[in-house]
Amino acid sequence: MSTFHARVLVHLRPSVLDPAGEATKAAANKLGIEGISMLRIGKVIDLEIKASSENDAKKRLELLSDRLLANPVIEDWTLELTQAHSL
Amino acid sequence: MTIGIVVFPGSNCDRDVRWALEGCLKIPTRFLWHETTDLSGLEALVLPGGFSYGDYLRCGAIARFAPVLQSLCHFASCGGKVLGICNGFQILTELGLLPGALTRNKNLHFICQSSSLTISNSQSDWLKNIKNKKSIELPIAHGEGRYQCSEDTFKKLQDEGSIALQYLNNPNGSIADIAGITNKEKNIFGLMPHPERACDPLLGSVDGVEILKSLLQ
Repeated sequence: MSTFHARVLVHLRPSVLDPAGEATKAAANKLGIEGISMLRIGKVIDLEIKASSENDAKKRLELLSDRLLANPVIEDWTLELTQAHSL
Repeated sequence: MTIGIVVFPGSNCDRDVRWALEGCLKIPTRFLWHETTDLSGLEALVLPGGFSYGDYLRCGAIARFAPVLQSLCHFASCGGKVLGICNGFQILTELGLLPGALTRNKNLHFICQSSSLTISNSQSDWLKNIKNKKSIELPIAHGEGRYQCSEDTFKKLQDEGSIALQYLNNPNGSIADIAGITNKEKNIFGLMPHPERACDPLLGSVDGVEILKSLLQ
């Protein structure tokens, strides 16, 4: 068994308005930071999972992301997976 | 003729619903703690407003896994009536019993005000007793009530006559001013406004009465 570090990034689909991102973009302009043409806010979920292989971990994390961490109606997600250490 | 009111950790309109049903309409109710699965003897179910499980992750995302909701899904699939109010509506979409999703209000504010609504579909039992009214007044109180769905889903809602209530003055940026929808079969109704807070003249509106009464029709 190995332990894997996973990071799931959840973001609103491009077609869904992100009012929090818009408000933050406006604040960035007020701070005097120029040139920001797009700012959207998502979520980062870090977790560790024990699995027999990377593929095994990936399978379960994909299910988790699709069924719980993100709502596919409004959100997309990406998964980053790295092996931590073997037991 | 008892109506079940689901109670999650973080529900805060469960007692309002009981007050409206029992105090104003003389309809007996039973609270259903989120861990129960026993829905015996119940005519209809209400998912009340609040912040179930702190609304962690997304509104209604954790509540979806409560044991009581597995029984609720079975109850609904057999044609039982289910009313989801505010957080209850959010939970119904997370469960997939109603299409779409509720997202952050366009202006980022938690909006707490009276809201004028038009009845878009008077065919379903839920609104048929008030179909002749030009508009109704119900309070809203939410931070995440902006209804979103794909174009395909929206078309389906239209074709099936499932858009039930629409805002006259869209306060939150919902697509097509949507405030409430039903499923295709019309036994499940989810809405962001609070009919239970509009059941006594002292509160400024009694337009919620017929919606709650329709739980038993």
